Amino acid sequence: MIRTISPGPAGGSPAGGLAGHVEINAAGVIVASHLTKRFGDAVVVDDVSFTVPAGAIVGFLGPNGAGKTTTIGMLLGLLRPTRGQVEILGLPMPAARQTILARVNFTSPYVSLPGNLTVGENLAVFSRLYGVRKSRAEMEHLLERMGLPGVWKRRAGHLSSGEGTRLGLVKALLNDPEVLFLDEPTASLDPDGADRVREALRAIRGERGMTIFYTSHNMQEVERLSDRILFLHHGRIIADGPPGEVLRRFDQDTLEQMFLEFAREERPA
Amino acid sequence: MSAVAAARGTPRVSGFSVSRMSGLLLRQLYLYRRSAIRSLEIVYWPLLDLLMWGFLSVYVARLRGGGAIAIAYLLGALILWDIFFRVQQAISVSFLEDIWTRNLVNVFVSPVSTAEFLGATMMLGVLKVIVIGLMMSALAYAFYAFNIFPYAPALLPLAANLILSAWGMGIITTSLILRYGQGAEVLAWAVAFLFQPFSAVFYPVAILPAALQRIAWLLPTTYAFEGMRAVLGGHPLPWGDVAGALGLNVVLFGIAAAVFARVMWIARDLGLLMRTEG
Repeated sequence: MIRTISPGPAGGSPAGGLAGHVEINAAGVIVASHLTKRFGDAVVVDDVSFTVPAGAIVGFLGPNGAGKTTTIGMLLGLLRPTRGQVEILGLPMPAARQTILARVNFTSPYVSLPGNLTVGENLAVFSRLYGVRKSRAEMEHLLERMGLPGVWKRRAGHLSSGEGTRLGLVKALLNDPEVLFLDEPTASLDPDGADRVREALRAIRGERGMTIFYTSHNMQEVERLSDRILFLHHGRIIADGPPGEVLRRFDQDTLEQMFLEFAREERPA
Repeated sequence: MSAVAAARGTPRVSGFSVSRMSGLLLRQLYLYRRSAIRSLEIVYWPLLDLLMWGFLSVYVARLRGGGAIAIAYLLGALILWDIFFRVQQAISVSFLEDIWTRNLVNVFVSPVSTAEFLGATMMLGVLKVIVIGLMMSALAYAFYAFNIFPYAPALLPLAANLILSAWGMGIITTSLILRYGQGAEVLAWAVAFLFQPFSAVFYPVAILPAALQRIAWLLPTTYAFEGMRAVLGGHPLPWGDVAGALGLNVVLFGIAAAVFARVMWIARDLGLLMRTEG
């Protein structure tokens, strides 16, 4: 089943602000079934199930410690679920781990590329790891799209934290992933840098129909960028739907309000 | 397979790719190109070892009244020991590099297999010892007139066994670092030296007390160093020592593979691969 999303009004709407015309295929590219993760007695992720259709931008929200990073770890095969299954692009994780990882990518401001290598060397190394043959011009074009012109010969460790985050995004786009997992992609960026990244992601999603699954603590950004949100609280999904629909259901004006209520435990899940 | 996967096609990614392994190797080689201090380290320690042990062996030879064979034994042992130590260290330090630079997650979310990851570090070790071995051999000739090159064909099977031992120990050390984090990084430098007194590197096994001799013969490295002394003493290559070392290396590799597989299992259970700090 194909659902079409047209560009929304300026400034964004629950499904709006999208560059171009994107086809969302209802067949799931990320399918999590009864995903549970325990560390000792602590249940960090508790029977989480969701399906993300192809081409969607999904904001994965929740207070610190809600289980977002643990869930992403299980989706990427870094962490073994205590219970439940993950399917990415129709393939089981971790049985088809290598095939899946060749077609997806991930970045986070909390990981970095080797700082003693130049930007160009880092991209050359990761091109080989992903088995992609991109010319230097193509990679420099990607760098420019992320607001990093002229950094090819600079050492990655000499970039500012914001530039490092954007370099991580360039790395994550090297293999033209069908699914992009992002952990707080704009966390260390100033408003201008964050806006550039959002625009670039929207544009690239529009061009390639890429699915984006990302976490963020910037609720305005989530409202503007996401087609759908998954709200995680104490390891359980308490809201799943387009931002506008979720706000109506919880009788809130903004996601920030909703986030604060749950984070401060003012509202029972 | 879902309709999406079917529509897009799902080319299977093979378990082992030379291209991916070369990418990991390239990342390490870039490090040496970018850091003069790191490149100097390849030369620095072997050179100091050679000077210290070389002059000591000259002195010992003179004390005993002209024993050129003493110089050969000590310098030969030093060169082969460095092969073992540097290869083992290359594997563990390559892994530590990814922890230090918070790059571990990037590597493990790429389609790199465990075999490719370990293969690249093993290859790095071999490249390092080619450089170190040639340099030390040339300097031993220049400083002490000790020419190891005529012995090279006979020493190669022994050196190859030392490389296998170093790979095995490097994998075990890497496993421990993965399991216990940066706090265990000292093992990268320390583990090889645990082997040194029992492997009869600089003296024959016969020097050791009987109880320690039994331990020594359980180590593949012992056979390599005993074989080396036989070769440098003018005897033919003792194939029994080569076979003994190889047999024990197979056992060591089996243990290393089991330890690594177990630690990877634990790592995926505890989230150790997601660790962005040591």
